[in-house]
Amino acid sequence: MNRATIDLWVGAFVAIGLASLLFLALKVGNLAASSGGETYQLQAEFDNIGGLKVRAPVKSAGVVVGRVSDIRFDPESYRAVVAMNVDSRYKFPRDTILTINTSGLLGEQYVGFEVGGDSELLKEGTLVKKTQSAVVLEKLISQFMFNKAAEDNGGGEKK
Amino acid sequence: MVVNALRRILEALGHRVTKRIWRLGFAARFLFAILLHSGTALRRFHLTIREIYFTGVLSLIIILVSGLFVGMVLGLQGYDTLQRYGSTEALGILVALSLVRELGPVVSALLFASRAGSAITAEIGLMKATEQLSAMEMMAVDPIARVVAPRFWAGVISMPLLAALFSAMGIFGGYLVGVQLIGVDAGSFWSQMQASVDFREDIINGVIKSFVFGVIVSWIAVFEGYDSEPTAEGVSGATTRTVVTSSLVILFADFILTAFMFRG
Repeated sequence: MNRATIDLWVGAFVAIGLASLLFLALKVGNLAASSGGETYQLQAEFDNIGGLKVRAPVKSAGVVVGRVSDIRFDPESYRAVVAMNVDSRYKFPRDTILTINTSGLLGEQYVGFEVGGDSELLKEGTLVKKTQSAVVLEKLISQFMFNKAAEDNGGGEKK
Repeated sequence: MVVNALRRILEALGHRVTKRIWRLGFAARFLFAILLHSGTALRRFHLTIREIYFTGVLSLIIILVSGLFVGMVLGLQGYDTLQRYGSTEALGILVALSLVRELGPVVSALLFASRAGSAITAEIGLMKATEQLSAMEMMAVDPIARVVAPRFWAGVISMPLLAALFSAMGIFGGYLVGVQLIGVDAGSFWSQMQASVDFREDIINGVIKSFVFGVIVSWIAVFEGYDSEPTAEGVSGATTRTVVTSSLVILFADFILTAFMFRG
């Protein structure tokens, strides 16, 4: 086999190899959507973040508007501080309430924006204090069980 | 009598161990020599391109077909388990993550070791047995620069490309079975996959893995060939050792790399 044919084959091989890498990066890893556009940073304090992780989505009305960039523990207030990068195209009122929600019963957790009505907007670096913690399923269940048990016992005595 | 027998066993054991360590040292020196003499392989790049043809292009069929089938099996098995929990939309995540992180680099490296690694060892071993390597030395051509280094670099270059092809083919296979055959929703298949596969964490780490495996397989293959006994028996033994050693080292290195990369 002469050199030109081999070059052609190797060229084709390298081309489809790189094409499949590109396919993995764009179609599977969604590189294009995750690292595009300008963002501004917001911070929020939570009592309990549950299972929230860095890179979790930030959603408003169910639409992804940003990503969680950092999570740390504040040793003075004993609360969790979550930093988020929010798409600069979207501005939110100052009295927006941040909640930690779960998509589905066992799905991943995300930060939700419940938009308020203030005319002033959240600016770069604002620390949002109006937040609602993650619902911890175990706590909810145990609360329910205790209430149920108290109802059954207490109900009997009162009558 | 007993003492003598024991001593002989101990001696045999010691001989085996020292021989292994000696070979390991020689292999390290050999890798260093390859890197030192890579200049020719990279300057006269057509030498390397020729070897990429033999190691990479000719491995395409086996990589593509097995990638497709591995992905299809993942689709079937994943669906079977996930539907018990009513979360078949996560099939895309399962297929993509297991391929990109583990199966793509590891299985394609194992296939590469048996398809291309064995061929490299046999070729270099036979060159040695038929004294072509000595003839080159007589003509003042360095066999490491002319024969070994191009094959080594061809393996290192081909391996990440083959692993990426394997993963892409596997995801396509999973899509075929999951979405086209069983009927998982195509939208959630892709969007869930895109939401949980991270470019740096998963894809880049997978590429790093396959690059490391490429170095391992090529290194072992050229070393076993170069170090083989110049007889028919020696060459066949060296070929077997290439496949066995590189498979074991790939799996071991995969454990180490995974422990470093995905601890979080």
